[in-house]
Amino acid sequence: MSVDTNTVKRVAKLARIRVSDDDATRMTGELNAILGFVEQLDEVNIEGVEPLTSVVEQTMKKRADGITDGSKASDIIRNAPASEDNFFMVPKVVE
Amino acid sequence: MTIVDVRTPDPKKFIKGATGDWEIVIGMEVHAQVSSEAKLFSGASTEFGKDPNDNVSLVDAAMPGMLPVINEECVRQAIRTGLGLKADINLKSVFDRKNYFYPDLPQGYQISQFKQPIVGEGKILLDMSDEQVEIGVERLHLEQDAGKSLHDQHPTMSFVDLNRSGVALMEIVSKPDIRSSDEAKAYLGKLRTILRYLGTCDGNMDQGSMRADVNVSVRRPGGEFGTRCEIKNVNSIRFVGQAIEYEARRQVAILEDGGEIDQETRLFDAVKGETRSMRSKEEAHDYRYFPDPDLLPLEFTQTYVDELAQDLPELPDDKKNRFINDYGLTAYDADILVVERASADFFEEVAKGRDAKLAANWVINELFGRLNKEGKDLSESPVSAAQLGAIVDLIKEGVISGKIAKDLFEIVWTEGGDPAKIVEDRGMKQVTDLGAIEAIVDEIIAANPEKVEQAKAKPGLLGWFVGQVMKQSQGKANPQAVSDMLKQKIGLE
Repeated sequence: MSVDTNTVKRVAKLARIRVSDDDATRMTGELNAILGFVEQLDEVNIEGVEPLTSVVEQTMKKRADGITDGSKASDIIRNAPASEDNFFMVPKVVE
Repeated sequence: MTIVDVRTPDPKKFIKGATGDWEIVIGMEVHAQVSSEAKLFSGASTEFGKDPNDNVSLVDAAMPGMLPVINEECVRQAIRTGLGLKADINLKSVFDRKNYFYPDLPQGYQISQFKQPIVGEGKILLDMSDEQVEIGVERLHLEQDAGKSLHDQHPTMSFVDLNRSGVALMEIVSKPDIRSSDEAKAYLGKLRTILRYLGTCDGNMDQGSMRADVNVSVRRPGGEFGTRCEIKNVNSIRFVGQAIEYEARRQVAILEDGGEIDQETRLFDAVKGETRSMRSKEEAHDYRYFPDPDLLPLEFTQTYVDELAQDLPELPDDKKNRFINDYGLTAYDADILVVERASADFFEEVAKGRDAKLAANWVINELFGRLNKEGKDLSESPVSAAQLGAIVDLIKEGVISGKIAKDLFEIVWTEGGDPAKIVEDRGMKQVTDLGAIEAIVDEIIAANPEKVEQAKAKPGLLGWFVGQVMKQSQGKANPQAVSDMLKQKIGLE
């Protein structure tokens, strides 16, 4: 698997990262080197092997249904560049 | 995914176009908010209508380092819903990240289930007026709700409230088995009834706890499936019907003009009654799903599922069949009674130890009719099941006539009180004393000799006499006794 410059630009756009043409070209080479390295793993036969979800055998922890958090609106918006009445304010987005 | 067409084209449902008939094909994705105290992966409250960002934990706000821990009640409710939809329950399912950017999605991704949902294929039965239709359910998965954006508070800024962010949703996806707007409305109604019976979602569409995305396409009857458009976030059953009718005709018009349908997301404008294209979000559909590394697979045992299955309440289809078989109700009456569990319970309380058909009649026609007229819910009914049962008893025992019973109902509705005592105190008892009735009958006959002659030729006139006698007795005579006596006296036997 390898990527071209257009794919790199597309991925950057989806991730909302601005990438210049020069950088995109450079990154294409770097990403292909990484992908080539990872590709070596394809040589391993994984027939019938379940994907590993945890290094230690364990089951997902579950929580009881109870209210244990919240009621801290001022904390939640403390880092917001703009806020009003405990709402976050963001540049207008309208569908 | 290969789509199997399980329906036979039905001309009654076709749209008549200029170039021939068209068949509508509909699939629905319903988002139902899980009834739980806390959110899917955090301990913040799910309560509706709180102050902005009050129900938000650091997990919901996606602060760095915060990790999700699943709420077991949400898992339990999803399994119960699956069981209610007669669906396959997957003992192992996986949470994935669905990546997209929007201001009300602080994580930058929604935790959802993609390849391995918690619930697989199931079905929903629809009782249409002339047929029973089975609509396939493709899957049900658990996912997080997003926050809410307000766009009308400020000229250049949008306001974001994350109270809903992270609330558990069940996305219930139908197969494209629906063929008309009526079926789509019935599907949504039936699904809501099932969810309410199970108590897994309150089904309040006006509060957004149930929302529908409707996929609509048209095709020549029985032909290849057409290109579909998805109408997003329709928030009432009526609007679903309107949106489908509009959208199907829009697509037919385009196709008949030789055009092509663009697969796109559309919005329903309830004010104008039309759908319109959402500002096209190019590349927006590349969600780059991958398993969420913060969450292990969701696993539980078949024993756990079996226990939940045992504790499931009686579901609407079973209740309806029981009402028909055990109480002798018509399918129509049974349908009305089982739509809400509260209605069914109320009816059973009235019918207990009584004439069930008479009870159904009074619950549906008198009580529900009156509640509808006044815009009241059953829970606000001034007449209790015990009071209505007492009225039914009085009719059945012949103490009052059906007509007086309606007056009695009116009194109980407005003033309350014990129906039997009201009848006693206000002298509403039916006159069964034949001597008293006979006196009135004789009087009416004597006063109307011409009518008597006419009635002999035209027995239909008997009703007029019955009316006169009933009026004279202030409704208290037994109409059957009056009719019998009149026939005998006039000589109509």
